[in-house]
Amino acid sequence: MDLTTLSAAELQAGFRAGQFTPVDAITALEKRIEAVEPQVQAFLSRDFEAAKKAAETADISLPLGGVPIGIKDVINVKGESCTAASKILTGYTSPYDATVITRLRAAGAIPFGRLNMDEFAMGSSTENSAYQVTRNPWDISRIPGGSSGGSAAAVAALEVPATLGSDTGGSIRQPAALCGCVGLKPSYGRVSRYGLIAFASSLDQIGPFARTTEDCALLLNAIAGRDPHDSTSLDLPTEDFTSQLGRDLKGVKLGIPKEYFVDGMDARVRSKVEEAIRQCEAAGAELVEISLPHTEYAVSVYYIIATAEASANLARLDGVRYGKRADQPKDLMDLYLRSREEGFGSEVKRRIILGTYVLSSGYYDAYYLRAQKVRTLIRRDFEAAYEKVDAIVCPTSPDLAFPIGERTSDPLRMYLADIFTIAANLAGICGISVPCGFVEEGGKQLPVGLQFLGKSLDESRLLGVADAYERLSGWNKQVAPLK
Amino acid sequence: MSSPDLNVRKVATLARLALSDEEVATFQDQLGRILEHIEHLKKLDVSDVEPTAHTYPVFSVTRDDVPGESLPREAFLGIAPRSANNLLIVPKVLE
Repeated sequence: MDLTTLSAAELQAGFRAGQFTPVDAITALEKRIEAVEPQVQAFLSRDFEAAKKAAETADISLPLGGVPIGIKDVINVKGESCTAASKILTGYTSPYDATVITRLRAAGAIPFGRLNMDEFAMGSSTENSAYQVTRNPWDISRIPGGSSGGSAAAVAALEVPATLGSDTGGSIRQPAALCGCVGLKPSYGRVSRYGLIAFASSLDQIGPFARTTEDCALLLNAIAGRDPHDSTSLDLPTEDFTSQLGRDLKGVKLGIPKEYFVDGMDARVRSKVEEAIRQCEAAGAELVEISLPHTEYAVSVYYIIATAEASANLARLDGVRYGKRADQPKDLMDLYLRSREEGFGSEVKRRIILGTYVLSSGYYDAYYLRAQKVRTLIRRDFEAAYEKVDAIVCPTSPDLAFPIGERTSDPLRMYLADIFTIAANLAGICGISVPCGFVEEGGKQLPVGLQFLGKSLDESRLLGVADAYERLSGWNKQVAPLK
Repeated sequence: MSSPDLNVRKVATLARLALSDEEVATFQDQLGRILEHIEHLKKLDVSDVEPTAHTYPVFSVTRDDVPGESLPREAFLGIAPRSANNLLIVPKVLE
């Protein structure tokens, strides 16, 4: 049996049935990673020996006992590097575990490896990593999406059954769509952000990638919940996020937002998404046309709020307490200026400047405050929609995975590609991307993602709907043709 | 297109970020186009709309007043670029 093709749930069942052990699973992953990683380059680092050691003592009676979980390089794991794919954190070693890591360990999982990403999670292609370019397992001349591109590519390439990423404006759902796996962004407040290197604190959420919706639910069970170290994590009753799996779509009201089917999106993507929606309808879902009238403003609102928060969050990277320091600074100001100049890449600098500008005296009301008010309008659009529907269904990304290098010189074009994912972060709701078909281009099959958006804290139902579609369509079972 | 109001060099200094002349020119152009794009927000009348800072407003969150364990000082000094005598070292601040 090829253990690398199994989901986390299947691995766990096999451990408990005594068919194979967690060490067998790590050994199988090691072989697979050594074979395909030179092409994919999803990992910034990995330690098989440490993983095997953890596997030897894993408690397989726990919910994720013995299952390896890959970690985006923006989440602190004690004793490991955590660079956020930035040169400014070269050499940094985490002195503590993020809360999600503490919780994964408590559930028996083995945090494994550091996954590549856009620097400080800023980007949509993982090309902004200071270290390496991760490739899409379906076509290695193309990007895997971003910013959690390594987390998506590693799952799609069967290098690990599941991973954690972070989603500020689509950074889980968009790479999941472009790599043909499942990616969940929980509602804001569902998962503790303690130990996640902050990008935009009012938008960031940690969430799982896997090859099944069921695995995403199992990972959410492990990581969700109130944490005294993150005052924005919500104190809610414990919930089993697998409780609505295995149901069908009969009577489920799915909203189709007309603003998400626009000119300019790839017609082939649109046709696959429409086909998937018809399939849901044939299975008993009731389709309801809805309107989210402020959709066209979401990208602008996002790039004001996210950059403003980022400019404040990244101020801590000053060359004093951790990370890189410029050589022989002549004074403290010179130390700040040059440590940051040398440490940050172009996209991060661009966003720090934009964020500083929109917060600066005289411009705050015109940009930041206005953006926060329009954010309210976007949030209300969703509240009105969820009075009529159980979930919203739409494309995850307007495009297929694009060739490496195609958009790096045009940031605005790169930003506009986030149009279908950004509003969920602004509204604080939950969203999931599942595979809904493939488009052939240049002799390669490229995945298309279908996005379901649920109202705030309605993850159980959202996962139930995504799981029902997944079992109808089976697209998640396709495997990237890597040798 | 460049925004007349945006002085990239000045803003970069506020952000404690040195830039090359080439970066200043590139950012002036790119950010000018981004600022031009976001101008459309001004079309909306938001005079009666409350701002959203957080989607799930929680206020005055407190923890129980119980001392917990903290990481040892060495854990933090160990990751600093320069330290000595249990202190972080920076260039001289006062003459």
